[in-house]
Amino acid sequence: MQLLLQQVMAGLANGAIYAGMALAVVMIFLAIDHLNFAQGEMATFSAYVAWQLLAWGAPYWVAFVVVVILSFIGGVAIERVLFKPLHHASILANLVAFIALFSILNSADGYLWDYTIKTFPSPFGTKPLFGSVLIDAHEAGMIVVTAVLLGLLYLFFRGTRLGLAMRAAAANPESARLVGIRVGWMTALGWGIAAAIGAVAGMLIAPVVFLDPNMMFGVLLYGFAGAVLGGLTSPGGAVLGGFAVGIIENLAGTFIPYFGRDLKLTIALLVIVAVLMVRPAGIFGRSVVSRV
Amino acid sequence: MMLEVHGLEAFYCEQQALFGVGFDLDKGQVRTLLGANGAGKTTVLRALCGMIRTGGDIRFEGKRITGWATEDIVRLGVAHVPEGRGTFLRVTVEENLQLGAVTRRDRVGIAADIEQIYHHFPRLKERRTQQAGLLSGGEQQMLAVGRALMLRPCLMLLDEPSFGLAPLIVEELFAILRQVNRDTGVAMLIVEQNAALALELAEHAYLLETGRIVMDGPSEAIGADEGVRRAYLGY
Repeated sequence: MQLLLQQVMAGLANGAIYAGMALAVVMIFLAIDHLNFAQGEMATFSAYVAWQLLAWGAPYWVAFVVVVILSFIGGVAIERVLFKPLHHASILANLVAFIALFSILNSADGYLWDYTIKTFPSPFGTKPLFGSVLIDAHEAGMIVVTAVLLGLLYLFFRGTRLGLAMRAAAANPESARLVGIRVGWMTALGWGIAAAIGAVAGMLIAPVVFLDPNMMFGVLLYGFAGAVLGGLTSPGGAVLGGFAVGIIENLAGTFIPYFGRDLKLTIALLVIVAVLMVRPAGIFGRSVVSRV
Repeated sequence: MMLEVHGLEAFYCEQQALFGVGFDLDKGQVRTLLGANGAGKTTVLRALCGMIRTGGDIRFEGKRITGWATEDIVRLGVAHVPEGRGTFLRVTVEENLQLGAVTRRDRVGIAADIEQIYHHFPRLKERRTQQAGLLSGGEQQMLAVGRALMLRPCLMLLDEPSFGLAPLIVEELFAILRQVNRDTGVAMLIVEQNAALALELAEHAYLLETGRIVMDGPSEAIGADEGVRRAYLGY
């Protein structure tokens, strides 16, 4: 029983990161109808920048905030420079751009900070939380920080005019233009927010998986699985899907004998395939009907 | 003149849909574009808002706006009630109205205008917290008109406001349009298949055939024309 609870808590902690990545992927998907394969590499790059700031002696939370802001700006810049010109381009052109972004960022990590695996500090420490056997302080911190982030995003999208305008631009771009919303800038803003979310996820997971250029590869796959499970058209669903994948992954890795640690990543792919077979729009997603 | 259009051309991909359309509209005027299906009525409205590739000369308040981005034209005070109503289906009725005022900064004025629209359309007030996608067709059309008014426009472009509505609702809607025109002095360019209705509201009409204006004049004159009567009024 204790093992089960431990694994559920650890799953929630990892799930928080997957939820963040799933949400970042969904935000960009809603805006431009493409999956951002480079979301993980963007997050890794952000984590490296944070590592650099910390190495220069910046206090953790200062580095944290600076990196979130820089990542936001970087996300906006990527959209303006790379993806805005591809707005009307084919899906393959976009795919190539995502692959390019992926490999540029991945190589830049290695070029700037070399390929050795680095440790990344946790602001929460790794001691058990209040002497609990169920969860350690960093896992609890991952959950809390993600929860705060999700709460802030919820308030932004539900409670502000800009958030409403962003939702309108994503749901119905033509109508949004007709009320004067600058839809292109809303897309750029979506990229910025997605990059900032990814930065938070990257900085939170780095102490667990250690920092290296391929750190987010598996994490992003779990994020995709979460987004597909919850529904690529549903931000809330993607978040829940991310948490669910975290728990499924941990429980299966512990209790299904053949999986163990080595085959855990397979679970993400199993989830994706299973969902696509049974309910392609995801649990909370809407299926898109298009007239031809 | 508030709106002057000369030699307007419009294209869907390589297909030309308008061939040198010219007309104008001054402050507070209501004019209508009549024509059969496929004559290019909707295309004229879309061209005015920069929603398709456009050539020729469109001047609004003296400024040449041909080729401008839609959102920049809208920000000049041109509100377009589009074909299909353009409802934001998954947000509430009130949020739809707020979206209509998304370019404005005056919170107090926005709140007052929302109340004004609820005054015109009491049914929208009853449903203010409902998802707009759950509204009936007539209510969505009212919402579309309300959303357009939230811009405090100088010019409204209305694309088939009567489409798919019950006759009683249509009458109600047109009565409100007339009242809004009288109260606020907003100019209106109305595209309608229901020619009788449009001629009643507008003081001047243009007749469009295959992308060209073939006749224009005061509504009474157009309505009295033998050919128009047979082709568009059906008696």
